[in-house]
Amino acid sequence: MPRSLRRLDLATGGDWQRVSPRYVVVEIVGTVIFGVVASSAAVGVWLLLEQRWALYAGALVAAITLASLILEPRRVRSIGYQLRHDDLLFRRGIMFQRFVAVPYGRMQLVDITRGPVARWLGLADLKLVTAAAATGVLIPGLTVDDAESLRDRLVHLAESRRAGL
Amino acid sequence: MTSSLADGDWHRLHPATPLLRGGIFVFAALGFVIANLRERLIDIFFGVPMGSGDPIDEIYRRGAVGWALLVVAVILVAIVTGFYLSWRMHTFRVNEEIVEVRSGIVFRSNRKARLDRIQGVNIERALVPRLFGAARLEVSGAGQDANVQLAYLGSARADELRRDILRLASGARRAAEPEAAAAAESEAGIGERFAEERVGTEPGTSVGDFARDRVSEFLAPELDPDAAPPESVVRIPPGRLVGSIVLNGFTVVLVVGAIALVVSGTVFDSGWLPLTVVPGLIGAAGFYFSRLTRSLRFSIAGTPDGVRVGFGLFSTSNETLPPGRIHAIGISQPLLWRPFGWWQVQINKAGRSSNQGAAGEASTTVLPVGTMADVARVLELILPGYNTEEQRTLIERGMRSKGGDDGYVNAPRRAAWLRPFSWRRTGYTVSVGAAVLRRGVIARELVLVPLARVQSVGVDQGPIQRRLRLASARLHTVSGPVRASLSVVDAAEAVRLFESIAAGAVTHAISDTSHRWNHATGAPE
Repeated sequence: MPRSLRRLDLATGGDWQRVSPRYVVVEIVGTVIFGVVASSAAVGVWLLLEQRWALYAGALVAAITLASLILEPRRVRSIGYQLRHDDLLFRRGIMFQRFVAVPYGRMQLVDITRGPVARWLGLADLKLVTAAAATGVLIPGLTVDDAESLRDRLVHLAESRRAGL
Repeated sequence: MTSSLADGDWHRLHPATPLLRGGIFVFAALGFVIANLRERLIDIFFGVPMGSGDPIDEIYRRGAVGWALLVVAVILVAIVTGFYLSWRMHTFRVNEEIVEVRSGIVFRSNRKARLDRIQGVNIERALVPRLFGAARLEVSGAGQDANVQLAYLGSARADELRRDILRLASGARRAAEPEAAAAAESEAGIGERFAEERVGTEPGTSVGDFARDRVSEFLAPELDPDAAPPESVVRIPPGRLVGSIVLNGFTVVLVVGAIALVVSGTVFDSGWLPLTVVPGLIGAAGFYFSRLTRSLRFSIAGTPDGVRVGFGLFSTSNETLPPGRIHAIGISQPLLWRPFGWWQVQINKAGRSSNQGAAGEASTTVLPVGTMADVARVLELILPGYNTEEQRTLIERGMRSKGGDDGYVNAPRRAAWLRPFSWRRTGYTVSVGAAVLRRGVIARELVLVPLARVQSVGVDQGPIQRRLRLASARLHTVSGPVRASLSVVDAAEAVRLFESIAAGAVTHAISDTSHRWNHATGAPE
């Protein structure tokens, strides 16, 4: 079985808009901080309490961190969105793939948030909120200008296709 | 009593409101005082002497009776004034656009709800207010704390006001009333076909005897004779209700626990062990009793302005859901119910009753327990278009079929790796503007989602699913007890599902006019 048939793929015809490659840095910083904190905690437990299992746990955390660091660029490349005629399409993930379609009329609000690292890199996250909590569409790593113009565009589209709940 | 409360002017609530709202605290305070004076009362009535140190004795001895009485009087006056002021300042109005409530003495609050965003109107009668002929009317909007509460109103006026609010919200003007009445009559005709029992009562006259009114309201509180049809389309025999409540997971745990206790009691011969169970048993009895009284006198009926669901024995609740306010419908059958052929129907809705527990929980259940025919009747009411023979068979297959080629797109055989029992039944179809998802073989489930209410749609694929060329899909709706998801779908089929639901959600949302369901420009659903 060819790999392409196994994977989910939407034959939409449109081009996926990708997020800024600089977003990799944000992810890497987050992963590194988590890895360092978790493995040093494990090492602390090992040294101070003399628990040997903590050493193995710490090593495992370090290995996972390294692996995800290597995968990070691909994961960021997998994040994409598409503005179709009536809805926004969002995708992310390589191992765990996820596709979501949000009709413009269903958007309740569009949120822009910026973390410290993202701000330093001039990036912003854009979050779509619908009446369903499960929608959970967060487009990370947009440049601030992109995020703002996308937000205005989405608000405009939502306004013109306004539906109730 | 003749003029409508929904005329756009400010109105006040039932004069007994502060007493009813603070009712519990008043009784608690009274109980506290009586408990503290118990010995004194015993002394007065039985002449039994008692110890010193009582505060009242102390007051008496020091000759401060006058002062004490003064203090009590001042407190009483303050409370009464506070009650009166809070009642005077608590006003509401209803016009063609909004419902608005102003309240508070020192901290003023003002709340408005737009009528075209109403998710439901609930009339609740807790036991004590019900005895006084008062009811709480709650206009729920979408969201956690988006309700406008009118507590308390006279019982009859609450029904009247609900009708007016719904009429205004539906977009129909006063001039269009004859049409609405005609619609009501035709609806009544439909309702009568399914009437198994007429539980209606004659309208209580406003000039009638207070006590007689109270009694008749108490006996038939959820029936509003003017807003026909008063007949519930399903009737739950008490025996079935009791059976459905007893036959659940909790009982199994209870029985297993009891057996374990008996066994350990006989083996280890410890006589005190059963004693520890008694509080647990009392608790369990309370649990069953509250479940039972909550679901007793259940009724569901169609009105021109939506579906009316009522339930409760002592405290009653009665909610009208306008058309298009139901976001997902879940029909389910726990394993223990299968021998009896019982089903339960729950819904997701955007509005949430603010009081949790009894009423808040049950208000998402539109059929506590019913047969297949009951489910069909309820579906007909809550989902437009599901009244033909074709839809009925589709639903029946969805509920009972073991799978196979029966109108549903089912998961492929290889899904047995992930869902060894239920893969055959895991499938979906789209019919008359609603997605129908079927799943579960031990506890059977059928989920219906009107496409016009779908918020977004998602498909997911993990590494194991990829290996098996499977995926999972989920329709995102507002939160509630129903979860519209399929855990295994063929990968290519998942893409098709994704595309068709996404497109259907857009087209149905555009053609949906249920926010003003009776408006002249838009045909009602």
